[in-house]
Amino acid sequence: MAGLIEARSLSKRHLGGGLLKKAGTGVLAVDRVSFSIGRGSVFGLVGESGCGKSTLARALLYLDPPTAGEVLFDGTRLGGLSPRQLRVCRRRMQIVFQDPNSALDPKMRVRDSLQEGLVNLGMAPRQRERRVSELLELVEIPPAQGGRYPHEFSGGQKQRIVIARALSVSPEFLALDEPVSNLDVSIQAQIINLLLDLKERLALTYLFISHDLNLVAYLSDRVAVMYGGRLVELADTPEITAHPLHPYTLRLFYSAPSAVADPQALGAPAAQQNGELFPSGGPEAGCKAQESRPTSTPRGCPYNGLCNAGDPACAQLEPELVDVGGGHLVACLKASTLRRSDLSGG
Amino acid sequence: MAEAEGGRLLEVRDLEVSFAQTTRSGPLGPRSGPLGPRRGPLGPRRGPLGPRRGTPALRGVDLELAGAEIRGLVGESGSGKTVTSTCIMGLLASPPGRIERGRIIFKGRDLLCLPAQEMRMLRGREIAMIFQEPSRYLNPSFKIGEQITEMLRLHLGMRRAEALHRAEELVEWVGLGGRRRVLHSYPHQLSGGMKQRAMIAMAISCNPSLLIADEPTTALDVTLQLQILKLILRLREALRMGILFISHDLGLVRAVADQVSVIYAGRIVESAPKQLLFNHPLHPYTRLLLLSIPAAARRGTRLRAIPGRVPDAEHIPPGCAFHPRCPLAEEVCRTQAPETLEREPAHSAACHLADKRWPD
Repeated sequence: MAGLIEARSLSKRHLGGGLLKKAGTGVLAVDRVSFSIGRGSVFGLVGESGCGKSTLARALLYLDPPTAGEVLFDGTRLGGLSPRQLRVCRRRMQIVFQDPNSALDPKMRVRDSLQEGLVNLGMAPRQRERRVSELLELVEIPPAQGGRYPHEFSGGQKQRIVIARALSVSPEFLALDEPVSNLDVSIQAQIINLLLDLKERLALTYLFISHDLNLVAYLSDRVAVMYGGRLVELADTPEITAHPLHPYTLRLFYSAPSAVADPQALGAPAAQQNGELFPSGGPEAGCKAQESRPTSTPRGCPYNGLCNAGDPACAQLEPELVDVGGGHLVACLKASTLRRSDLSGG
Repeated sequence: MAEAEGGRLLEVRDLEVSFAQTTRSGPLGPRSGPLGPRRGPLGPRRGPLGPRRGTPALRGVDLELAGAEIRGLVGESGSGKTVTSTCIMGLLASPPGRIERGRIIFKGRDLLCLPAQEMRMLRGREIAMIFQEPSRYLNPSFKIGEQITEMLRLHLGMRRAEALHRAEELVEWVGLGGRRRVLHSYPHQLSGGMKQRAMIAMAISCNPSLLIADEPTTALDVTLQLQILKLILRLREALRMGILFISHDLGLVRAVADQVSVIYAGRIVESAPKQLLFNHPLHPYTRLLLLSIPAAARRGTRLRAIPGRVPDAEHIPPGCAFHPRCPLAEEVCRTQAPETLEREPAHSAACHLADKRWPD
């Protein structure tokens, strides 16, 4: 499958500062991550804070270039581009951040914020005006309000403006880094619907990053679960929600209570479907209390210390992402023994 | 089981709170400084700032909580969840806040009529609270152990050694066990989850009968969140505490609460046992909220988003506060505020049209 954007063994190491800076030290925030996002699809990336989701997004767009591996955008190797060529290429890919307050310049009128990218494109002033009105309409903000400052808008409206700005240069690919996490429930749904509408109308491709599994499962076509800088599981959404395999994925799924009753949801037992946290049993039971995750393990599986399915081999061997059938990839030494029948039983 | 505890622990009746508009900031904005506008102890309605009555933050909140029961209080930001809990704790900053009317009856006593001294004895001893961000409520310059023993010595009159022993038990109980060093740590030496546990240990140190948990897991990752939720469930099971669980997350409330109240623009719009509320919601706001939540089961469909946004306290619409966003709204909704009525046993809703069929 030819993807619009493809990551090949992407790594990002944050170097320690100062004189001690040398290769091989520092924190490996993203570790040999590979995936491909099909044109017109939504790729969901889920994981807890500090697992490297945002770093991955920034490396993917070459905002913070990766330290190893490569990114292919529509067949072009981003690593091989000159800064100038990269700037041209980046018009085709944009990013939306979690907090619209810090993404918008408080001293700039919304109209001017939206025009900035267009100025760089060399668009004529009259044309720019028209484009800004178009963009505001696209995100359902009255164009007459373009002269206002960010603080005059609510959080949801601000996020709409940030989305409009990202769309101003007509990108094909949008990385959405927790775009609704700061919003109220009723506003979240508005923004999610808007994103889905825009995707259809403008034929966009999304990388959707969130810690909220219910949200990712709702809008992604394919879901990647990230832990400790690595992808531990990657599968199409219906497959991963019905048959999660990696112990960490299971734990994530069990940990996310849903307000919506659904017999199919997230492979959860009946008790949880009634909204109860499973009292005993389940993959969470007997799990070691988790207070801090290792930022890097010398070797072995990164989830080794917290996993209750592991054995001594997990501390020695590093699992690779392997296809267990139907494009369902999982990085776990025990994946072949953790058969679906055992897991769905609870 | 709850009945065995002897019925009602907490009863909030018709609580109305307003905030004076001293600055352009929100209702919980900066308090007026020493040179700022001062009001007398009785807070005259017409202060030096003019004849304006304060903006209403709570407009008649009714809540009930039985012993060993968990009541979920759900609402969006600015709906009055935190103001409600602050009032129960007797910590409402006044000015600018002002309790206009209402009663908060805790174990038969109206907390609003208690002298400050008695309230101070009650707070922490009988009513405790845990917050969203433990780092803001733990004192950064004292060790965890000192902060817990302070409570025990102050409220229960324990001696130092005795208090220290009890603190060790508490820390063990909340799952920081085997780590006596936690007691000798400063808050910044602990992770977010550990701080939350330490705050819970502190809150339950005097074995209070009411615990207010205000968004206790919002700042935590999902797997940690689950552990804290389980701990809260254990508090109820083992210590028979009544818990007011405040959250904006319906999924969480569904997971822990027995009873659920939904608050909108300073008023409880619907209250019911959990199963009833989630399976047969009556108020359009509750129904729409439940429809607007993303879930794997809703893949491929559009979410039913609620148009508009939560009104701020200064611009609460007349009639039913939800009517501008309500797809069912009729003339009566625009003019007349609905009463909270019990539509079914134990299930009350404040809506003129609660019995009306819901169009798709």
